[in-house]
Amino acid sequence: MRYFVKKVGILLLTLVVISIVTFWLFHIVPGDPAASMLGTSASQEQLEDLRKELGLDQPLPTQYMNWIKGAVKGDFGTSIMYKKPVAKLLKGKLSVTLILGAMALAIVILIGIPLGVFTAGRKHAVSEQILNMLNLLGISFPGFFLSILLIWVFGLVLHWFTPGRFVTFSRNPAGFFRSMIFPAIAIAIPQTCILSKYIRSAVIEEIRADYVRTARSKGSTKNRIMYVHVLKNAIVSVVPLIGMIVSGIFSGSIVIEQVFGIPGIGRLLIASVTSRDYPTVQTLVMYIAILILVVNFIVDILIQILDPRIRIAQ
Amino acid sequence: MDENILEVKHMTITLYEGGTSYKMVNRISFTMGKGEIVGIVGESGCGKSMTALALQDLLKNHIKVTEGSMMFDGKDLRTISAAERREINGNDMSMIFQEPMTSLNPLQRIGEQVGEVLLLHGRHTRAEIEQRTLEALSMAGLPDPAKAVRMYPHELSGGMRQRVMIAMGIIARPKLLIADEPTTALDVTTQAHVLDLLRNINKKTGTAVLLISHDLGVINKICSRVLVMYAGKIVEQGRTEDILKNPLHPYTQGLIASIPTRGMKGRPLANIPGRVPPVTEEKPPCPFASRCAKADKRCFTEYPARKKITDDHILWCHC
Amino acid sequence: MVNTGNTNTVKAAGKKAPRIRPGMPRLFRNERDVLKSSAPKVSGWATGDIELKIGFVIIGVILVLGIISIFYTPYDVYEMNTSVRSQAPSMAHLFGTDNFGRDILSRAMVGARFTLLVSGSTVILATVISIVLGLACGYIGGMFDEIVMRVMDAINSFPSILIALVMVSVLNYGKLTIIPALVIMFIPSFTRIVRTGTLQYKNAEFVLCNKVYGDSDLRILFVHILPNIYPLLLSSVVIGLSNAILAESSMSYLGLGIQPPIPSWGRMLKEAQDIIFSTPWAALAPGLMIVMTIVGLNCIGEGIRKKYLN
Repeated sequence: MRYFVKKVGILLLTLVVISIVTFWLFHIVPGDPAASMLGTSASQEQLEDLRKELGLDQPLPTQYMNWIKGAVKGDFGTSIMYKKPVAKLLKGKLSVTLILGAMALAIVILIGIPLGVFTAGRKHAVSEQILNMLNLLGISFPGFFLSILLIWVFGLVLHWFTPGRFVTFSRNPAGFFRSMIFPAIAIAIPQTCILSKYIRSAVIEEIRADYVRTARSKGSTKNRIMYVHVLKNAIVSVVPLIGMIVSGIFSGSIVIEQVFGIPGIGRLLIASVTSRDYPTVQTLVMYIAILILVVNFIVDILIQILDPRIRIAQ
Repeated sequence: MDENILEVKHMTITLYEGGTSYKMVNRISFTMGKGEIVGIVGESGCGKSMTALALQDLLKNHIKVTEGSMMFDGKDLRTISAAERREINGNDMSMIFQEPMTSLNPLQRIGEQVGEVLLLHGRHTRAEIEQRTLEALSMAGLPDPAKAVRMYPHELSGGMRQRVMIAMGIIARPKLLIADEPTTALDVTTQAHVLDLLRNINKKTGTAVLLISHDLGVINKICSRVLVMYAGKIVEQGRTEDILKNPLHPYTQGLIASIPTRGMKGRPLANIPGRVPPVTEEKPPCPFASRCAKADKRCFTEYPARKKITDDHILWCHC
Repeated sequence: MVNTGNTNTVKAAGKKAPRIRPGMPRLFRNERDVLKSSAPKVSGWATGDIELKIGFVIIGVILVLGIISIFYTPYDVYEMNTSVRSQAPSMAHLFGTDNFGRDILSRAMVGARFTLLVSGSTVILATVISIVLGLACGYIGGMFDEIVMRVMDAINSFPSILIALVMVSVLNYGKLTIIPALVIMFIPSFTRIVRTGTLQYKNAEFVLCNKVYGDSDLRILFVHILPNIYPLLLSSVVIGLSNAILAESSMSYLGLGIQPPIPSWGRMLKEAQDIIFSTPWAALAPGLMIVMTIVGLNCIGEGIRKKYLN
């Protein structure tokens, strides 16, 4: 319990540091948000008024505190590009990205782990070389090129989905998942390869462990050794990688939402970076930072639950 | 056949490496009576552990038994099926390993790991398994079995873990318990406890024990008979007291001379010059010849014949 | 345990005994530990030789294409020729033409040059910064090390593209904004490698020995410690280069990398996607070149790792 409290404390502290860094980064940027909102035709007074309204005339620490106060209440400022509150822009987009990410993560875990275990059992075989090659190709395909190929093969040639058309969940749940599955696959493939590679080497390492010899000496069957002893140990040793994989999924999602035209926060982020819409970028960065921190927090807790050695060490 | 639990005949263990093969154990033969405690002694790398692992079919993939037979309880261990092998391992024949720190699954509770043996062999109810796990643990000398079953390996000391291994070894009341250097990783006081424990188990349950050690002192404490191994060969075997009082093979003599005793305080300890040749090295017919002070030409040209000194004291030496 | 210097081991594998340089224990070993290895025979895959060969051939081809493009391309890269619009691959245009009639192969060759230049300079810059940071962290230790490494961990835990996007938007556009934006992505992992290596060798006998002889700290760091870290660092840098190419082409695809009209693989793919209905082959040349380059670099990285690090 004390460990838990300490972890939450560190989590909050990290959040504060990240918010300060993010805020500071976007305020040393040359350029005046008020000027870019009003355009070149605005008069000096109009500018001053808007600056006052946005709180830009106050010192940076005060601006930061105002931003945080607003953020806690759900007010993230006003988008320069859309001239709308950022909170409104985000509506509906976050859930789309989260569902896409969750689908990708599910694919990564459901395919990556069995694939790693399967390939670990086939050492020194020709199939190992083939699998190695496939793995190498998997991590070598840039997500967006893979997506273009998927669009071409499954969208244009096979007509399994309509490229560029996004169906919202509320309108048609089945259509929604159909328009999400290929992006999810494109995001998942490189991460699946990475995970299966780690699982494979973890399994191979665990098979050599002394406790496996003990299990054989007890008369365990091969399957029992694999699933009761080896697999659990192998999975525990790759749990810390989940944070890295989730961060990779976000990276992939930012690009791939763009390719498939999925209205998630990744697409909004690119649009606002391109149009220098700092309040929006800043908010999205904070959002993603919080998500990543929460995922890492969950992973830490998960390790605590799964590995008795660490449970005691704290 | 009736009184012997184990009869090993001309067993050869071969290592395959880089397209070549090397004999790690070279045509050894020995027997063990039911309920007997037999020791195998020799320096590291002379094939003791390989012999033990071969009995349990735990050799690595590139190491194989290539010759001879291993009759255990009337069955040849070399010809049985994988299923029969699983039925024997843990149930009729169990093993304690040298490394108590790593031989237990770090993620499983002690109770689960010890009880797994019964789970794998025969039909037992849950309550029965729990009951017998507690019994085995207390027999193995764990101070608080009820608490220990819920603990994880890392919460126990090396000595306690070795006791857990012993409990695992005896829970199914096997006919043969192989102990491969069970005390090497432990400190001296714990060593004595573990040896006592093995002797008591043997007395109470009639389980035969094959004790493997590089330390003649350890063997002397509990073994009635001893096999002296050198570079994959048995060079001398006999009753422990005979061997200790009247060692005939120069290697055995060297081993005995290097045991520190109280009377020798202040005098330099004898040692055997040289080292055990690695398996990959070409060896003379008598593998010990290159380190032997008494070796003559014959030792480098002819295999030493089996010499019967008394009924159960056998020697392989030209001397 | 039989060590690598053992003559018997070497005889068994039928090779010459490796010379072990003093001060580089166990690092440059060619012979695999006999007792450890379970493979019955040592194939080219196991030693990394095959990977290295494949990798160097692929990267060689890409490099040659990029270099040739400075002097010669089959067609002009920027000239739009309406008479050969959207042509499928043929002998005249090996990878076809785009909707402006530009030869795709020529553009991909020039793209190779710029993509490799940007990614290469990114990785070199990141390596130099990381060597300084990593050596400093490992050697100084204490608070400095703690703070730097915490920051590195924080950067590393974020999606790499997000970091690059933040940098791009903060740094203001310029032709080369992409380079500093990508450099940040690679500093954490490289720094960690150098730092770990420094810690490992800081108290090694040969380093202490040189200290006793009165070598300066800087000399110890750069002459005695750093060379020992090279093999591991090199394999990471090569893998890093492949990631840099992935990241650069992603950013170019998003329109935030190398700016037009200079062709880059990423943007060529973006343009290809826009015309995928009419000219699906437009994606072929740039896409395959990216994949080949990354495969080649991964092979080299893996080969180095197998060969020198066992």
